[in-house]
Amino acid sequence: MTLAELKRGQQGIITDVSSIHIPLKLLEMGCLPGNSVKLVQVAPFADPMYLNINGTHLAIRKETANHITIETIDE
Amino acid sequence: MSKQINVALIGNPNTGKTSVFNALTGLNQKVGNYPGITVEKKEGICKLPRGLKAHIIDLPGTYSLNASSLDENVVIELLLNKNDKDYPDVAVVVSDVENLKRNLLLFTQIKDLEIPTILVINMSDRMEYKGISIDIPYLEAQLKTKIALISTRKNKGINDLKELITKYKELPAEPCLDASVIDETYFNNLRKVFPNQLLYKLWLVITQDVNFGKTDRATYDKVEDFKTKSKADLKRLQQKETIKRYQFINETLKKGQTIDLKSAKDLRIKLDRILTHKVWGYVIFAAILLLIFQAIYDWSSIPMDFIDGAFASLSEWTKNTLPEGAFTNLLAEGIISGLGGVVIFIPQIAFLFLFISILEESGYMSRVVFLMDRIMRRFGLSGKSVVPLISGTACAIPAIMATRNIESWKERLITILVTPFTTCAARLPVYLIIIALIIPEGRFLGVISYQALTLMLLYLLGFGTAVGSAWILNKVLKMKSKTFFVVEMPNYKLPLLKNVALTVLEKTKAFVFGAGKIILALSIVLWFLASYGPGDNFNNAETIVTKQYASKNLNEEELEQKIASHKLEHSFIGIAGHALEPVIRPLGYDWKIGIAIVSSFAAREVFVGTLATIYSVGSDEEETIKNRMAGEINPILGGPLFNFASGISLLLFYAFAMQCMSTLAIVKRETNSWKWPIYQLVIMSGFAYIAALIAFQVLK
Repeated sequence: MTLAELKRGQQGIITDVSSIHIPLKLLEMGCLPGNSVKLVQVAPFADPMYLNINGTHLAIRKETANHITIETIDE
Repeated sequence: MSKQINVALIGNPNTGKTSVFNALTGLNQKVGNYPGITVEKKEGICKLPRGLKAHIIDLPGTYSLNASSLDENVVIELLLNKNDKDYPDVAVVVSDVENLKRNLLLFTQIKDLEIPTILVINMSDRMEYKGISIDIPYLEAQLKTKIALISTRKNKGINDLKELITKYKELPAEPCLDASVIDETYFNNLRKVFPNQLLYKLWLVITQDVNFGKTDRATYDKVEDFKTKSKADLKRLQQKETIKRYQFINETLKKGQTIDLKSAKDLRIKLDRILTHKVWGYVIFAAILLLIFQAIYDWSSIPMDFIDGAFASLSEWTKNTLPEGAFTNLLAEGIISGLGGVVIFIPQIAFLFLFISILEESGYMSRVVFLMDRIMRRFGLSGKSVVPLISGTACAIPAIMATRNIESWKERLITILVTPFTTCAARLPVYLIIIALIIPEGRFLGVISYQALTLMLLYLLGFGTAVGSAWILNKVLKMKSKTFFVVEMPNYKLPLLKNVALTVLEKTKAFVFGAGKIILALSIVLWFLASYGPGDNFNNAETIVTKQYASKNLNEEELEQKIASHKLEHSFIGIAGHALEPVIRPLGYDWKIGIAIVSSFAAREVFVGTLATIYSVGSDEEETIKNRMAGEINPILGGPLFNFASGISLLLFYAFAMQCMSTLAIVKRETNSWKWPIYQLVIMSGFAYIAALIAFQVLK
């Protein structure tokens, strides 16, 4: 599934990042395959998404999250 | 003579880099610009042990050495150019103990440039709170560096850092990992062609367009051949490099840092639950804005009244004390009145910068960006446009520079074009004086004063116009650009008093001196134009007026006033103003206001100073600017010149017109074309004229 489908409070592991659609800056902030991701909060209309990726808190738009593939993990 | 070394402070945004800078330099700092570009350059001097001095430069915050903006590019240009006079003898990389993982990415890149480097781990006071413990000797060995664990908040560890800087010659300069393994054949090839060059430097030159100084460029010319790899390939390699670095960092921190989640407390979650709530988040944001406007209006009125009175007395005192003559008049009527017009709005500007810097420092501004993104996108803006729009209430110039972190060019351009609609501090003195003249005192529901409410409406009008025109621009501008949006959500922090105070001091100073120069020069010019005139009508004013009123039996004082106003009308400025009058009369203005508006095109705040100068020429009594304006009579319609209709018309004119040359210059610089600033000037001012015309004609 993609990161855009993650529910609030849910956790996952990033498995793939589409390098054409994702800016290097996002990768530099830790959005890389193998790193963990958790959805902390969503703005109204579920966009943008407030994430905790590899310990870094950041917000991205849903359209960007569509290009990041993840696997969910249960707590 | 003591020796001086160069120290560069480098780090991610939100790591407290500026706090470290303030702690090292104190008040020994100055802010300027990098030559040719509008990136802020902060530098200062720090005294070190054993007579050593450090010249410290606070570089713009960046997440890596792969620049994507002008500000970030400054960092790379300095680090790659050994001939730069600021090239660091030692690089101090500032990191935040809670975000060490991400912060270390930049650190490993800087290590690859083989510059002696110190790693500062800031905010150590948060470690216990977050359950973090760090194995410093292990990290020092793995990262091949010296570490200073400090807390700028608790003022701990600063001396250790100074000690480390003093011993900069002992710092290791070798890289802590080998990035070339990501594509060995490629890098080996590179090494063969440029045996004397640093490999990582070459790689940075290849992957980005860095503008080297001309002397340095030649060395790298052959690098062009290595761009043979396609852009996509290079990007993939950069991605591989980033993964490689993170592997190393994650590995290192696994052993060097332990986080006991059980003992970690998290204020962030609790605060975020309220501050980014889909209802309360917006309510709180609105309340904060309201508080800011109340403060600007209500709280600063006391020092302002005092300043207004003080300058009036000073002008009076100068006139009475110094010997009579042209110089005394210039001083009393031109310079002091003009300066009073600048000094009077120091309290408001200080309040504005105070609030903006608290919002930024506390981490709240990012939450606003998060909350507003979806709404702003509808209008072709980005959530990040909120920051320029809010800082635009201080000054459009830094606001337009703050658009640099907006990733999409279209969103950024629209933000730049509409930001000048927000109510900047320079409009404030104009608004305040007119509001004071036309809006009654008293309080709405006994709480908020009507005058503050009017001011708030004007701010909302500014935002509304900005957003509305953004919506139109979004429809009209045909350009495709990728929309990326990444915003870091930093931890909440109690703003440091020292940082806030320094920001307020520095920004207010820059603003007042910047504006002060223009205002002072214009005041002097205006005074000359108002005090001298051509022909008989001006030079023989006494005779003409005496003859004219001979039958009316005026006393001496009245006669003198008639002479003064006759002189003013026939002075150079009077003649120019009268020529202008047909254009502005439909808006409800007289020629004096016309002069003030024309001089406002240099900078809006000149308005009050100009009126002060014009009105004080020829008037003897000690009077504040406000009282003089209240006493003006409309020569055609009768009644006070500044009544409700003409007042509203003036307010609207100032709300919409593009009257700031410095802003136009910045827009030209940031958009790299004259096209956009000229559009702004013509469209905004035209719109202002029409709005003011309609308002006056309807209300009069």
